[in-house]
Amino acid sequence: MATLTTTVRDTPVAQDAPRAGRFSFSRLLAPALLTPSFLAIVVFVYGFIGFTLWVSMSNWRTNRRDLSLHDPLYGVYQDLLNQARFQIDLRNTFVFTMIFLLLAVAMGLSLAILLDRHVPASGFFRSIFLFPYALSFITTGVAWRWLFNPTTGINTLVDQLGINSVLGWFGLGPFAPGWITDPTVHGDLRNWLPFLDGVKVQLGIPAAMVAVTIAAAWQLSGFAMAMYLAGMGMISNEVREAASLDGASPWRLYRDIIIPLLKPITVSILIILGHVSLKIFDLIYAMSGKGPGFATDVPGIFVFDKMFGAQQYNLGAAASIVMLFLVSVVIVPYLARQLKDL
Amino acid sequence: MTSQNRELSDLIAGIGSGRVTRRDALKRGAALGLSVPALSMAMKLGETAAQSGSLEIFSWWTSPGEAPALQSLFDSYAELYPDVEIVNAAIAGGGGGPAQAVLQTRLQGGNPPDSWQTHIGRELFDGYVNAGFTEAINDLYESEGWLEAFPPALVEGVTVDGNQYAVGVGVHRGNGYWYNREVLANAGVEVGETLSFDEFVAAADAVAATGVPAVALGSADGFVAAQYFENELISAVGPENYPKYFSGELAWDDDGARAAAANFAKALEYVNEDHSALPWSDAVAMVIEGRAAFNSMGDWAYGEVVAKGAQDVVGWVSHPGTAGSFVLVVDCFTLPVGAPNAENAANWLKVIGSKSAQEAFNPLKGSIPARLDADLSGFSEYHQWSGASFAADALLHSAAHGQAASPAFKQALYDAALAFLVSKDVDTFAMTLVDAQSSEG
Repeated sequence: MATLTTTVRDTPVAQDAPRAGRFSFSRLLAPALLTPSFLAIVVFVYGFIGFTLWVSMSNWRTNRRDLSLHDPLYGVYQDLLNQARFQIDLRNTFVFTMIFLLLAVAMGLSLAILLDRHVPASGFFRSIFLFPYALSFITTGVAWRWLFNPTTGINTLVDQLGINSVLGWFGLGPFAPGWITDPTVHGDLRNWLPFLDGVKVQLGIPAAMVAVTIAAAWQLSGFAMAMYLAGMGMISNEVREAASLDGASPWRLYRDIIIPLLKPITVSILIILGHVSLKIFDLIYAMSGKGPGFATDVPGIFVFDKMFGAQQYNLGAAASIVMLFLVSVVIVPYLARQLKDL
Repeated sequence: MTSQNRELSDLIAGIGSGRVTRRDALKRGAALGLSVPALSMAMKLGETAAQSGSLEIFSWWTSPGEAPALQSLFDSYAELYPDVEIVNAAIAGGGGGPAQAVLQTRLQGGNPPDSWQTHIGRELFDGYVNAGFTEAINDLYESEGWLEAFPPALVEGVTVDGNQYAVGVGVHRGNGYWYNREVLANAGVEVGETLSFDEFVAAADAVAATGVPAVALGSADGFVAAQYFENELISAVGPENYPKYFSGELAWDDDGARAAAANFAKALEYVNEDHSALPWSDAVAMVIEGRAAFNSMGDWAYGEVVAKGAQDVVGWVSHPGTAGSFVLVVDCFTLPVGAPNAENAANWLKVIGSKSAQEAFNPLKGSIPARLDADLSGFSEYHQWSGASFAADALLHSAAHGQAASPAFKQALYDAALAFLVSKDVDTFAMTLVDAQSSEG
């Protein structure tokens, strides 16, 4: 009994003292836990971005490190932007990003709508469509390189199915695109926009790049689908029921109600996939490399060649900074919006 | 043995094997109460004790043809120095691109292997010697008699300001032209001892008429287009003028270089359409399997021929118009500044420069010994042919393999040649190379 009394009487005191201690301890805990990762990020991310920026303005053009600054400071960038190959790379990045985002969003949305209609075994199909996302880009690249090999890939299948003989009856040539080996560039913006005459490269759509975007969209449309399915799950059933009571057809339900409500999801998908595509390297490196006449070359491959092949460190660093800039154009407004919401 | 003694002998063994750095040794020695002079003596003792410790060799030899060849060098070394543990730091990847990226990172970070593979000439000079990564090995060249054993072109290819910096282990011939006898016979074409450019065009026309691509090209590898062009350059301007383009005495937009580019464009009329998706080995396979008549490739292609047992089907000749020239692609090894096991590394160079090691290594690698005194009787028919060419012909450094030009110019040549495959635009090609040459400084 005595023990119990003591315990009961002591308890408030015993609680009070540690609570004061715990309060100041927990106030220190958060900064203490954050400091190591903060320091690591400052050094290994921002420090090295700063170093890369410095190198991009330096004279470091051989294996001997030379961090003296270039005169003029922007000279390396001028050199970089004047190179036909880098101009091609920027064009390719733009074309790749546009077609890839279009395909991935369209396919992701279509798959999500189909699964949203309560098809049998939708869970099974959801997993099937999401699986490609689990692969590495290298695996995807190698597999699609085989598929898009003009002499042994899809073209053989088309031929075996007899499609070419059917085309022959109609007096059409066989279906045999060169896919990743096709050097054609379709169209040229310079024909319509005379002020672009200073650009050294054809500003059109490289045929080989289209094959690569198909592979990329195949891999990532499952991700877009998952995002859309999550978004559709958050739209309350009352909305759907109200729409069907008002006699809306499924087509109108999606066009006028669900898809507009999914706009924030679409923006997120565009930004997440957009920065993936601006940085793309491994998929293209494994699938088509630089491609015929640099048709599938991208800044990432350029950086690798100039840095380690040519040992032109300043040029490689400058190209990296341009890539960082492109990605931040997409990411920074998104982050700013997210931070505002908090 | 007291614990202090044990620690001391442990320390000496550590120094000898290279497991303990000098700074660590001084620190640990001081803790044992030893003075710096005593420690220095202990370190000397450790270093001259029977060769032990390890030896890390960096290369890009990982393919089924290359790995056994590298192993034969290791075996030659292990025979003399059985207590040294050899660490094989090979990095896979055709032509060494990925390996060079790893090596550069290690060198920039001050963490060199004990010896690394590179090509002689500018790749060695610009990449490593001028950057201060390699030690001169003049004493080895004198003590081993290498100045006489290697042909002058190979000694010049490792010499900067009178100092030698690497030792060649094997020589590939870069200007091979491989053909399928059956495909040519079907087209009614016969190839003799040599092939001129005009003979090539006539043969290619005859083959193309049978519906088979006359020339197999695999341009997915960066060096392939550049290599084809450099051979056309030798063919157009001759072996005496070829080096002058790299030294700046001749301009890349002169008539000779333009003629070479025009001939290259002519040859491109006969290539397979899917060349951008094929690595070089797939193009060789096209010739072996009779899906194309010709392929221009260094003699590592012969390794593919042997691997598929196609020696009877596939014949060879010099790249059209380059008979009398031997395009050198020479693999060599270096002695790094600050090699973790410098003594072991120097012994490694002695071993791989020796006649017996080169005679064991090269048949497996598909190259010929860098030494002129090597016995080629155990080599294949092709390599005896190539060995005779090595002894008699003009020895020229390959630009596509980094020997004739700086790394930056090599990359510019790769890019220009790759673009040329599609554009076939001689003017742009010439101007790109002129620009690249002028930015060399």
